[in-house]
Amino acid sequence: MSLKKSFTLALANIMYDKMRSLLTMLGIIIGVSAVIILISLMNGMTGMMTDSFEELGLTTITVSTTNRGGSRTINEDEMYAFRDEHPELIEGISPSCNLNMATVKVGTTSITTTATGVSEEYADMKALEIESGRFLEFQEINAHRKVCVIGTYIQRELFGFTPALGQNIKINGNVYQVVGILAEKDDSTSGSADDVIYIPYTTAVRLSRTGTVSSYTLTAVNQDKVTPAIEALKAMLLEKLGDENYFRVSNMLSVMDMATDMMDTMEILLVCIAGISLLVGGIGIMNIMLVSVTERTREIGIRKSLGAKGRDIMSQFVIEAATVSGMGGIVGIVLGAVLAIVFGNMLNLSATPSVGAVLLSFSVSVGIGILFGYLPAKNAAKLNPIDALRHD
Amino acid sequence: MTPLIEFRQIYKIYKMGENEVHAIDGISMKIFPGEFVAIVGPSGSGKSTCMNIIGCLDVPTSGSYFLDGKDVSHMNDNELAEIRNKKLGFIFQQYNLIPKLNVQQNVELPLLYAGLNEKEQATRARESLNRVGLLDKAKNLPSQLSGGQQQRVSIARALAGNPSIILADEPTGALDSKTGKDVLNFLKKLHKEGNTIVLITHDNTIAAQAERVIRVSDGQVVYDGEADIHKFASIIHAGDTEVDI
Repeated sequence: MSLKKSFTLALANIMYDKMRSLLTMLGIIIGVSAVIILISLMNGMTGMMTDSFEELGLTTITVSTTNRGGSRTINEDEMYAFRDEHPELIEGISPSCNLNMATVKVGTTSITTTATGVSEEYADMKALEIESGRFLEFQEINAHRKVCVIGTYIQRELFGFTPALGQNIKINGNVYQVVGILAEKDDSTSGSADDVIYIPYTTAVRLSRTGTVSSYTLTAVNQDKVTPAIEALKAMLLEKLGDENYFRVSNMLSVMDMATDMMDTMEILLVCIAGISLLVGGIGIMNIMLVSVTERTREIGIRKSLGAKGRDIMSQFVIEAATVSGMGGIVGIVLGAVLAIVFGNMLNLSATPSVGAVLLSFSVSVGIGILFGYLPAKNAAKLNPIDALRHD
Repeated sequence: MTPLIEFRQIYKIYKMGENEVHAIDGISMKIFPGEFVAIVGPSGSGKSTCMNIIGCLDVPTSGSYFLDGKDVSHMNDNELAEIRNKKLGFIFQQYNLIPKLNVQQNVELPLLYAGLNEKEQATRARESLNRVGLLDKAKNLPSQLSGGQQQRVSIARALAGNPSIILADEPTGALDSKTGKDVLNFLKKLHKEGNTIVLITHDNTIAAQAERVIRVSDGQVVYDGEADIHKFASIIHAGDTEVDI
């Protein structure tokens, strides 16, 4: 008997009692849609996470040194020298020094924020957009001048509608001149990406406790160069400082890799749990197939008397089971995709199932039908036609 | 001429606990192509067991059954299924149509298992339905037909594969007397057309409609000859129940 004919016959059987077929499929539908929803949402979340990581700068490498306890130190010249020696790995370098919780005042209005001390390369490294004026310049940094570049939050909070360019601003009691204003990046609220003040690191260092630069921000040429850059950095720092405890090198790429690994593990775990409901669905199918075989004992007897062999009966019932579960799989995939989009919108994610997930779910659901239909089908095939014909 | 059906010392013995039940207790007989034979006897006489063996639904405990010259007594399930499909056409008392399939699909069933393609199946099935005069009901479900019509569909199904033997087990048992008469007349017509028909019944008057009667009692043949009711109905064996005339 051709597969197509068996399939059409199976379909006819399913349609004969739609309610019962639906209830039989329910376990598979729930299981498959749960798997699809989970996979889609995880995809969306991973995407969102990688996006935000990328915004933070996957090529950014942060180096921090602790000079306590060691007689050996590293200074900016040596760091710059390292960059000059490795142009194929390192693109930009900016020593950094922050004034945390600095009081920033214009007239009588004051706010508390962090003033970030950076070098002139910082704007390129972070692809900062200047709206008016310019970024800090090399001479200003060299001469540790009191100048600053502010974000739109600072502009609005302290200057209102008056353009801040060229104006004076007090940071921790010292007067700075505003030489540049950044373009709006976020929503110009406190704590957002627009809540920034950049000052020359040299100026910040002079005002800091230790008076030395202890951390650097570097950017690798591209994502592939991050690992070799970090390795070269670590080697150089170990040589100069003697002990790996005296420095720390970190970057977002490794953190992101760790996070994606974690999310992948979680995804597998959740999918397995959802898979349990598929197992239950399969048991439901087996149950109904056993009932179906008993109900159709007479029919099986008739078929056998007409010349159906054991394998004809077997394939008939296995294909019926696989068709039921396959249909359940399709309904589950559609339902899961729809719900994934709904939930995704609620969570502000773009949740889409991958083609692989869809194909896998469908094959698994058909496979479950075949697996769980096998035993009832075997029972059916073994029926003695005389007894079967006598059955109710 | 080779007999179509030949029993050589057939025994069918069931073990129920320590007791042995001899459903068939040594039967030998020959049925030739073109005959219309009725096997008659009360319940428990062994006629149903005879039919099961003739129909290759069961195998004898001992003895040989030759079907169209071939010994089928020791064949396995698949081989028997093949023979049922190609050589035999069954007509049951309860029609035994599959309720979820329509009339045409029911008649196509033996052709399906014979491996014919869909077009062939449809053509032959429709020919068969035409023979019994039910082609217009081809797409109806069995439940939409009367008892007599369902039995005719069953006959069409039995004929579809062009079998060598038509086996009818109490074909009129579930029908009223008029419809029953129609069915028997149809069987007679088939016989005139050259088919070999074996009819199983407990009713002497129905058995008398055949050409030849084999009467069984307690697993043995007690009469084998003309279908003259006066001749076979009065044969009484030890333990028999009352006799109809």
